[in-house]
Amino acid sequence: MKPNFEQYDDIPGTTIFTMDLARQGFHLNQFCMSLRSAANRERFKADERAYLDEWEMKEDQKQAVLDRDFQRMLDLGGNVYFLSKIFASDGLSYVQAVSTMTDMNVEQYQAMMLAGGRSPDGWRSKKERGEA
Amino acid sequence: MARITAGIATSHVPAVGAAVDMQRTEEPYWKPMFDGYEFSKQWMRENTPDVAIIIYNDHASYFGMEIMPTFAMGIGDSFAICDEGYGPRPVPVVEGAPDLATHVCASLILDDFDMTILNVLEVDHGLTVPMSLMFGTPDKWPTKVIPLPVNVVMNPQPSGERCLALGKAIRRAVASFDDDLNVQVWGTGGMSHQIQGARAGLINLPWDIQFMDDLIAQPEVLQYKSHLEYMVEAGSEGVELIMWLIMRGALGDQVDEVYRFNHVPASNTSVGHLILTPKDN
Repeated sequence: MKPNFEQYDDIPGTTIFTMDLARQGFHLNQFCMSLRSAANRERFKADERAYLDEWEMKEDQKQAVLDRDFQRMLDLGGNVYFLSKIFASDGLSYVQAVSTMTDMNVEQYQAMMLAGGRSPDGWRSKKERGEA
Repeated sequence: MARITAGIATSHVPAVGAAVDMQRTEEPYWKPMFDGYEFSKQWMRENTPDVAIIIYNDHASYFGMEIMPTFAMGIGDSFAICDEGYGPRPVPVVEGAPDLATHVCASLILDDFDMTILNVLEVDHGLTVPMSLMFGTPDKWPTKVIPLPVNVVMNPQPSGERCLALGKAIRRAVASFDDDLNVQVWGTGGMSHQIQGARAGLINLPWDIQFMDDLIAQPEVLQYKSHLEYMVEAGSEGVELIMWLIMRGALGDQVDEVYRFNHVPASNTSVGHLILTPKDN
């Protein structure tokens, strides 16, 4: 069967971690994996730039990590489960980190979740939203 | 002979594990969710299996990007607990069932499922959170476990058809094992959730409930649901629900619904839980 990675491009506000995007993010995600050990987390926190320079990451990927710009990291091939090692190192929960990718602050985001979450209505298609 | 006596489906939200580990289950935010598992813990005390085959996904905890198996099986004696960035969960080591696992894994390969064989594996919240929900906080887990990690993180994930067929092959494999063992199959993950991008926080409870109904009554139809539909309707991480199809396939054609529970939200996720038993058991 011919792969169709493009079919996911129409989902609004969503970056699907496809096999081709994963290739672009390989070194970024491998850096994230290294943060599974407490010793590496300490080394990273002591000098983030120096730690990142040990990895074959592109400069924009390194900058996105330094900026904690999770959406940018996704765009550059990161996957949220890998990126979670960064925000875990920062002592942040999934809710705290994930909310930064939305147009809400964390309190608004938590309130939305408590009220039942984000309805898919209006969020199914970029075309429907006039974004594509 | 070994026999599959029940199937369990449950979400495996990491924050649920943290709530258990930090003794926060009685707090107002968490209590309604944990109350929904009280029946299950009681039922599990009365129906503890010898072995649970737990279908779950690793969340970049053990598998990096070097090797990403689509279907894998842990056949070791025991499985340590991953450090997912916050330190390992303080839960007992997970004991394996190497004899049954070897039999089932070999049987699956001979049935054309090209399993990756894991002699060493550390397990993450995907596997341990369901165990905490079903068993509470024992000093030692009361059942042995065969971990069956599935790639649901990187697209393409395996198809729904393949997942249902894998479950059916697990049923045949267990039935051909000579020892008299009570085996459960657990499907974990889901339900609707999205933890990335501007659309994060997506929840679709009506869709989740329909998914449960279809899983019980018409898995042969449900298997054809596309990855795209899971992602659009149940969020980018809702595609984890294909793992429930493996559990369902292992139960045979007809099932009885013993218990069902839904709760929104746990962290970013719609929690869903089923206990099913095969009708012909």
